[in-house]
Amino acid sequence: MHYYNLTHLKELESEAIFILREVAAQFEKPIMLFSGGKDSIIMFHLARKAFHPGKIPFPLMHVDTGHNFPETIKFRDKLIQETGESLIIKYVQDSINSGTAFEETGKNPSRNGLQTVTLLEGLEEGKYDCAMGGARRDEEKARAKERFFSHRDEFGQWDPKNQRPELWNLFNGKKKIGEHFRVFPISNWTEMDVWQYILYEKIKLPSLYFSHKREVVNRNGVLLGKCDYINLKDDEKWEEMTIRCRTIGDMTCTGVTESKAINVEEIIEEVAATRITERGGRIDDKRSEAAMEDRKKEGYF
Amino acid sequence: MNNDNKGYLNMELLRFTTAGSVDDGKSTLIGRLLYDSKAIFEDQMELLEETSKQKGEEGINLALLTDGLRSEREQGITIDVAYRYFATPKRKFIIADTPGHIQYTRNMVTGASTANLALLLIDARHGVIEQTKRHAFIASLLQIPHIAVCINKMDLTDYSKEAFDKIKSDFEAFASKLEIKDVHFIPISALNGDNVVNRSENMNWYEGSTLMHLLENIHIGSDHNHVDCRFPVQFVIRPQSSKYPDYRGYAGRIEGGVFKPGDEVTILPSGFKSKIKSIDTFDGEAKEAFSPMSVCMRLTDDIDISRGDMIVRENNKPTIGQDIEVMICWMNEKKIIPNAKYTIRHTSKSARCIIKEVKYKIDINTLHRMEDKEIGLNDIGRISIRTTKPLFFDSYTRNRNTGSIILVDEATNETTAAGMII
Repeated sequence: MHYYNLTHLKELESEAIFILREVAAQFEKPIMLFSGGKDSIIMFHLARKAFHPGKIPFPLMHVDTGHNFPETIKFRDKLIQETGESLIIKYVQDSINSGTAFEETGKNPSRNGLQTVTLLEGLEEGKYDCAMGGARRDEEKARAKERFFSHRDEFGQWDPKNQRPELWNLFNGKKKIGEHFRVFPISNWTEMDVWQYILYEKIKLPSLYFSHKREVVNRNGVLLGKCDYINLKDDEKWEEMTIRCRTIGDMTCTGVTESKAINVEEIIEEVAATRITERGGRIDDKRSEAAMEDRKKEGYF
Repeated sequence: MNNDNKGYLNMELLRFTTAGSVDDGKSTLIGRLLYDSKAIFEDQMELLEETSKQKGEEGINLALLTDGLRSEREQGITIDVAYRYFATPKRKFIIADTPGHIQYTRNMVTGASTANLALLLIDARHGVIEQTKRHAFIASLLQIPHIAVCINKMDLTDYSKEAFDKIKSDFEAFASKLEIKDVHFIPISALNGDNVVNRSENMNWYEGSTLMHLLENIHIGSDHNHVDCRFPVQFVIRPQSSKYPDYRGYAGRIEGGVFKPGDEVTILPSGFKSKIKSIDTFDGEAKEAFSPMSVCMRLTDDIDISRGDMIVRENNKPTIGQDIEVMICWMNEKKIIPNAKYTIRHTSKSARCIIKEVKYKIDINTLHRMEDKEIGLNDIGRISIRTTKPLFFDSYTRNRNTGSIILVDEATNETTAAGMII
């Protein structure tokens, strides 16, 4: 007998494509957030699949902190050029210049939190009623309780205690004027699923994800790559190590890991053996136990 | 390791739901499944140890792992559905972990709506209690295809076969009143690991499989309906580009049956007939499509089709109608208002409906029909509704995807009820 069953990757892919199409059908002016990291690259790939042979019926938006790895920006620009899809870039620097965002000071300043200001300004300015993000529920425990369709009030805030129930594949994107939604099509994917899918689909990634030599500093157990935005403390120094990035965010807060994995197969082996979570290297999450929950309530995706 | 890299190409996905209260060992069991399958990481463990110590608890409190929100941690209870993930070389698992108390019925229903399997926990010392019955009822109402009844804390009853047999027959007696198809009973000790991942050496009288073996091997290929062809159109793809000037494809997810190019189909509500020209995906044309695949279909004829329409087979149509009988679970603080209007969502269709009558409310502990017809938060009852336009539906027992609806409050836009068509 013929066996009608999908593999886990095909089922996750189908679920994500369903959500992407639902967004295009239910919202007037959606947008897809794009950071240049692997999760947003996968989202972009899924969106192309969902609307093939048509173009993606919404633009991408990158909130650029100015503290990105140069490799990320190069990869982003090449991807957009090759596919002909449209990208909007919003600069955190513009929010700082206009006085709506304030640069942190001290030894470990980060623009991570400022992204929320620029993101909300960008959404308001473009009158976007839905922003899709590549967040996954396995990343962090506040995200484990996030819906696929996450309602936000007119200030972009998340109210975790008052979320709409989500059943079967019936999604409720109804809202009042001025309110909007965050939608997370790959909610049910794990880090391993993402890597297996990258291998299966032969998806190209920025070189940062693969093993390379880089000057880093060890700050409280987190390895940070050398850049102009990190000020060394007296007892710190740059040392060359063989590393790769497990996640890609700002250079100021993305911890890198020692690794010799030079291709996706080797990364999968490494992920299978590792005992530290993906965001374990993110300084922005280490600020407190509810750091992510608090940022999300304010409108961070 | 090389084999592991290839193995993922044959992995299936199993979604299961758990419900339980603070003391029945649910968190310990989930913690064990996650820990034994290496889904808990060192930095999460460190954080748990630290938090447990701060709260003055002995050992590590695995419940802290599933309580994601600050208010949940402060109150020491799980309020919302938490999703957890783990994988073995055979399958990937998604756990919808829900609180078991009666006031969280809506969360249990939410977690159950997409589950292949329900994991029910019974404390071997206490046997079948009200909460067990409630969970079994919800599993039956939501038509979860498989149920695993884990009789936990066997270590506290000296691993007694008699205790296990008694609970098994009590459960079966109660379940005979429900529509439950496939039940498995497993004696376990989540704390010591008996029959969770490894076979217990303390219960040689038990010849069934361990919980993990059941989760890895239970047949889920028949959980979707592969008989009745149902393709609700979700989105119309019209590139209007120089490469595809006249392309018109109907995108959506197959919600039942198997479709192939060349099949004769009927479009609802128009009743027009056509043939499938091709089933398109980004990776090329597909030879067939079945649930739950997301595809894009082209037809041989130019017909006006839009979101909310449904492509079916002429000789196997769903019910087409505006008067619908539904079992609902109410999910909102605001009680049901008879004769009021709500927005209804069903497959890719949206319409309005009026609550014509509340037939009865169910006491979910005794399964008795109640005199009281006021349906409020967490209540389950039977209602009849009339919709502004015809829906194309099947009974929920026949097809969970074309037999389910949600009601949306028109003033607040909140999802106010989940319904299963009778």
